[in-house]
Amino acid sequence: MIPLSAYLSVSLFLFLTGLVGIIIRQSPVVMFMCIEMMLNAVNLSFVSFARYAPWVASGDITQTASQWMTGEITVLFVMAVAAAEVAVGLGMIMSIYKNEPDVNVDALSNLKG
Amino acid sequence: MQGREILFIVLSLVACFAGLGVVLAKHPIKSALSLVVNMFSIAFLYFTLEANMLGITQIMVYVGAIMVLFLFVVMLLNIGSDRSGMKILDLKLVPAILIALLMFSLISFQVLYPLFGMQYPVADEGFGSPEAIGKSLFSQYVLPFEVASVLLLVGIVGAILLARRKA
Amino acid sequence: MLEEFISNLHPVLAIFVRIICFSGIAIMFVPIQVWWERRLLGWMQDRVGPNRVGPFGLLQPVADAIKLFLKEDHVPSGVDKFIYYLAPILAFLPAFALGGTMPWAPAEGLYGLLTPVADINIGVLYVLAISSLGSYGVVLAGYAGNNKYSLLGGLRASAQLISYELAMTVSLAAIILVTGSLRMSEVVSYQTGPLWGIFPYIQNWNLLTPTGLVAGVIFFICAIAETNRAPFDLPEAESELIGGYHTEYSSFKFGLFFLSEYAARFVFSGVFATIFLGGYNMLPVRWDILAVDFPGWSEWFYFMHSANYWLSPVAFIAKCFLGFTVFVWVRATLPRLRYDQLMSIGWKSLLPAAVANFIVVAVWIMVTNLYGMIAGYASLVVSAIILLVLYLNIKAVGFNESTSTKRRIKMAKFNLKENEESN
Repeated sequence: MIPLSAYLSVSLFLFLTGLVGIIIRQSPVVMFMCIEMMLNAVNLSFVSFARYAPWVASGDITQTASQWMTGEITVLFVMAVAAAEVAVGLGMIMSIYKNEPDVNVDALSNLKG
Repeated sequence: MQGREILFIVLSLVACFAGLGVVLAKHPIKSALSLVVNMFSIAFLYFTLEANMLGITQIMVYVGAIMVLFLFVVMLLNIGSDRSGMKILDLKLVPAILIALLMFSLISFQVLYPLFGMQYPVADEGFGSPEAIGKSLFSQYVLPFEVASVLLLVGIVGAILLARRKA
Repeated sequence: MLEEFISNLHPVLAIFVRIICFSGIAIMFVPIQVWWERRLLGWMQDRVGPNRVGPFGLLQPVADAIKLFLKEDHVPSGVDKFIYYLAPILAFLPAFALGGTMPWAPAEGLYGLLTPVADINIGVLYVLAISSLGSYGVVLAGYAGNNKYSLLGGLRASAQLISYELAMTVSLAAIILVTGSLRMSEVVSYQTGPLWGIFPYIQNWNLLTPTGLVAGVIFFICAIAETNRAPFDLPEAESELIGGYHTEYSSFKFGLFFLSEYAARFVFSGVFATIFLGGYNMLPVRWDILAVDFPGWSEWFYFMHSANYWLSPVAFIAKCFLGFTVFVWVRATLPRLRYDQLMSIGWKSLLPAAVANFIVVAVWIMVTNLYGMIAGYASLVVSAIILLVLYLNIKAVGFNESTSTKRRIKMAKFNLKENEESN
């Protein structure tokens, strides 16, 4: 049997990898991909909590898990929001790239006060 | 070691290495392909957690549509690799790793350590099946469902507006 | 004894047996499909197809394969080698993985141990998810060619694939509403019920129901588009983009693309047969009910019922073949669509039609559950008329006035009488 903390540590590792990726990479598209990876990591921890929820809440494994579907519904909404975000974000990136090819994020400072 | 544990270990190793591949790959296409492998293995992790509907939705939506969109953008814009090779900046690397280690230790001690244990609650037949998700989605969560559909509509309109030729 | 042998195997080995059964059949049929397409296309175009190589040209696919493997296998310089070698593999795998949940025989007895590969509770969604993976091989092949034209071909092809997946998903959603389950074996067993719930002797194949017919036609058109088949074959059209996304591939790698496309057509026909044509049933006749109701002929009806069981793989393969024949027929008949026409059909005609069909099915089910069967059918007719009127009026308002301008061509006028007089 796989413990809950195993799934959560995978999720934590992927989240922190995405975080490091956002800090050190400088191409907007790759930063966007790291954001998607962070969202996926969070989805994984939502689903694993939804599966192990009765034990986490009360330490009782005889309860069945299907009244705790909240985690899975949340993941569905996160996927929908991520899809909308990717569409709009990549559209913006394409508009930026039309003016200046191969830009790095630090150079996009036109709106800086 | 049963099949389940071996499967979980293989899947999580693949997911972690693919995650590292996204961050460390020089060419954005390789990053995108690593992210595809990562999302695929997360979908299989959902299947081991008996969230069937979510796993297949992850493959259909994330792997089949969102990552294809990423690949389109990288190919259309002809985004090349980081030419100088040292664009993964040294200046930002040390604070990034420090922050990551700090967050890892914080979250492990506060969240993971109290959750150690081998208990595995019973899930009934229909857990994670489309029927169960449908029942929750259309009864208890119908308002977020409608709001999400409006959000997707706004996203479509926004994307079309951004991609329109200024005629 | 075969049953006992298979049921005593380790579960992983049993799954391997099932995979080999299915993939073996799918690969075996590729040369037959190649031969049949060329012969049938030839007959439809008023010529004889290949008939030199063997009796009736039956060894033509063998000759094609030998030619393909003996060609020079070059790798263009400047390509990204990893992606160049990955793309044919990524094109090959989803074509076979599509059939993972497809039952080609009933789930009882010997056949029950051999099919389907996995009867998961999300079987239909599995088919849709794997077909959405088909765009990767195309996009990466176009990119790996290091060549503007193959990149454009690959991007166009995957945009076409994504657009037609939507209409396919919504048309299947209408069928799933009626069936009530996503399991493929339950979709097939729903179709063995009485036709429309009324006629007890005919099976309720989804293509024979009105909303199922609309959904089936939409699904078939989307399947033609998903397998890059004429009239939607702009991505591989030779006169348009050289070779499209497989320009830079020769010999065995091109053979892999070719093989995976034919296998995908076979498996898509199989999915169409499973969901719309009653799967492995031979004929839309309910033999067991006929045997009970007409006791005079019950021996013959029971014989036909057991023939329906034992010949079910043959019936399934015959239906796949029929689907493929209709693919060839459509190719011989219709000219190739231009790219903007293709996208406009996918988004502006098929997707609204599929959504309208879905609404009609939903209204029908709701009214049937509340008010009974007759009110249900009346509401089906009423909602279909309302949606049809809406659909036609939206198109008439000038939906696509900016994209397709009607060109007026003035023909030159010749005055023949003046010419004759001057001569």
